Amino acid sequence: MTTSQQNIVTLEQTAKSFGAVRALGGVDLKANMGECLGLVGHNGAGKSTLMNVLAGTLNPDTGVMRIHDTDLSHSYGVSTANENGIRCVFQELSLCPNLSVAENARIFHPSLTGWGWKARAGKMIRDKLDEIFPGHGIHADDVVGDLSIGKRQMVEISRAFTTTDAPLHLVILDEPTSSLDAVTSQQLLDFVRKVVGQGLSCILISHVLGEILEYSDRIVVMKDGLVVAEKPAQAFDRDTLVATMGNVVETSEIVEHSLHTKQRGSTPLVVQAQGSGSADSVPFVAHKGEIIGLAGLASHGQTTMLLKIYDAATRRKKHPRVEGPVALVAGDRQTDGIFHLWSISANIGVRSLPRMLKRGLIDPAAEAVLGTQWQERIKIKTPDMNDNILSLSGGNQQKALFARALASDAEIILMDDPMRGVDVGTKLEVYDLIRDEAEKGRTFLWYTTEMDELKNCDHTYVFRDGAIVADLARADLSEEKILQSSFKESA
Amino acid sequence: MRAYLTSPKFLRAALPAASLGIILFIIYLYSPFAVSYMGLNLMLQYAVPIALATIAQMFIITVNDLDLSIGAFVGLTACIGATLLADTPILGILALAASVAAYAAMGALIYWRNLPSIVVTLGMSFVWLGIAVLILPTPGGTAPAWVKAIMGLKVPYVPFPIVASIVIAIVVHLMLMKSSYGAVLRGAGGNAKAVGRAGWSLLKIKMVMFAAAGFFGVLSGLSLIGLTSAGDAHIADRYTLYAIAGVILGGGEFVGGRVSPIGAVLGALTLALTPQLMGFMKLSTDWQIGAQGGILILVLAMRALINRREA
Repeated sequence: MTTSQQNIVTLEQTAKSFGAVRALGGVDLKANMGECLGLVGHNGAGKSTLMNVLAGTLNPDTGVMRIHDTDLSHSYGVSTANENGIRCVFQELSLCPNLSVAENARIFHPSLTGWGWKARAGKMIRDKLDEIFPGHGIHADDVVGDLSIGKRQMVEISRAFTTTDAPLHLVILDEPTSSLDAVTSQQLLDFVRKVVGQGLSCILISHVLGEILEYSDRIVVMKDGLVVAEKPAQAFDRDTLVATMGNVVETSEIVEHSLHTKQRGSTPLVVQAQGSGSADSVPFVAHKGEIIGLAGLASHGQTTMLLKIYDAATRRKKHPRVEGPVALVAGDRQTDGIFHLWSISANIGVRSLPRMLKRGLIDPAAEAVLGTQWQERIKIKTPDMNDNILSLSGGNQQKALFARALASDAEIILMDDPMRGVDVGTKLEVYDLIRDEAEKGRTFLWYTTEMDELKNCDHTYVFRDGAIVADLARADLSEEKILQSSFKESA
Repeated sequence: MRAYLTSPKFLRAALPAASLGIILFIIYLYSPFAVSYMGLNLMLQYAVPIALATIAQMFIITVNDLDLSIGAFVGLTACIGATLLADTPILGILALAASVAAYAAMGALIYWRNLPSIVVTLGMSFVWLGIAVLILPTPGGTAPAWVKAIMGLKVPYVPFPIVASIVIAIVVHLMLMKSSYGAVLRGAGGNAKAVGRAGWSLLKIKMVMFAAAGFFGVLSGLSLIGLTSAGDAHIADRYTLYAIAGVILGGGEFVGGRVSPIGAVLGALTLALTPQLMGFMKLSTDWQIGAQGGILILVLAMRALINRREA
């Protein structure tokens, strides 16, 4: 892999604090032409802040910023970033749900005006979608709010690569594959390699370390607002990368847990459901204390199944059969998960309100106790649990959502791909917690798009078009088998 | 084709037109002569100012705000129209321009200080009312002749209020739904942060939307005195709620930038027709507001049913 020395962006000693929290503590970063730069680190390591600085949406407190060797430290903003061909695909989607795909493309390009702008915008975004994600099935007139989260992400990524009058030099992809399934992720990453070969520069942020190792030329590791390592990608492997980030791989614990696996059927049945696809569907069953994985390509009925079970439990329907109270950990935490205006403690306590009543009113002391108890157990990084939930980084918000479910009386926990865009450290902590809780008799139904997470599951059901097409015990589990069943007929 | 006609998307878009059609049909059953050139002209007389006020409210709702002062504002512009504009046209035009500018400033204030629009506009409604009473302490004044001439226009074959409504709907539809800046304006209602990140000024967007609302408020006030030929500070007090109801009847939603100008105009026409329907049904006028509320609830229930089918 050749690394051209032509420099696009240089950051020197860039620092940024939010109140007492130091997000960036003097970071140096270079992005060169024709290079894919991988960026990894915990949530809260400062990656997103750094990207916001590059995209012009945040002004750093100190530091020098040079673009194409011009010092722009004091005159940088969103429009300067656009003029200089720097684009960013943000982690939380930044499309307008009420507008069509073409109109969303227009918002990105001030020069798309005059007669026939809609047709031009539509053609531009359609061509780019065709180029990156062949067979995407998205129309330019589709209203974004009607699209699935995966498709929305495809639109957003494609939009970042469209060009009108300003040149395109650097595209920052913040967790681009978090809502994409295996096939579309592959399409995207191959496209990234292709455009990098044509001289474009990309910064790829991902918690899927395989992607980073395989697709980037150079890897920058961040920790606590600082760059702790910067080497060519070949110099890292999975274990050294995780070690640099400050975590130790805990595969041994998974093995240990699997030794504990009970013979299926020794514990009582708690969930029994049926897929909604073709008739050959395998029944969906979960026993007490099991971790059940829901796998397959994104949006093939996994979420629907979880919601069906949730509905059945909360409305006391007979089908599907659900024994015991349930709690749901949402995947799309901004829309379905957190209460934006509430404190962290209140967000955790909301599922357990009946337990915290005192003379019919919520007892603030009980809520605070519950909050601090879970802050310790699940290690939520915050100076004060009474702070607003939005003051937490994405991964810590997700932890709070886990705490909400685990603190409740629920015996069955439904998880709707909750680890989307969460860093490895947090993930490993949560995996531990899930295994512990399962040992204690809780049942977990876990929809995930990541292969590694399925290794935690006792049983994995593979979904295709709403139907369950395979039931894999832990011993039989392999990525190959899952992909095979996901594609059986369409291939 | 059949699939399209029963799709939730189509049904949702067709609902405002269907509600209006049903009301017209019931009126036709009571009195076939009412649904004629003359009859519609009379029944829909006040539809034009209501439609204009509804469009004004729609601009505000597009950017996730709510205007509780539009009724008082229409009353103020009616008073200015019946006094200053008639006596000293230049001063009148300046005063109307100043009120549009005041609306834009209100939008700027709401954005700048991140204030809830309900509070700001509620407060401002008393300001508008106060100024209106100062200008015209007792009902009176005269509308300028040209305003009366426009509102008294006779169009062959199609009643004037219908022609005017169609023109309003099409013009606003082109401005907000078809133009390229219109997409940005609606985008600010859908995801303001994203629009800001793409380099657009949210302050400017808010000001443009509020100014547009002010402009249509002025048009509403003028068209109203064109019909009544005199002004009154309280002439349009009911318009605040009419306008909100019209937007919602027309398929708009309070948040998320989902609005429809054509629907809003249809909603306004529906609201303008309900008192007439009550008249034909020989219901006392005391029930009017309740009946309007009933229709609103019915249409919203239908919409909820359609949305549920989609989910």
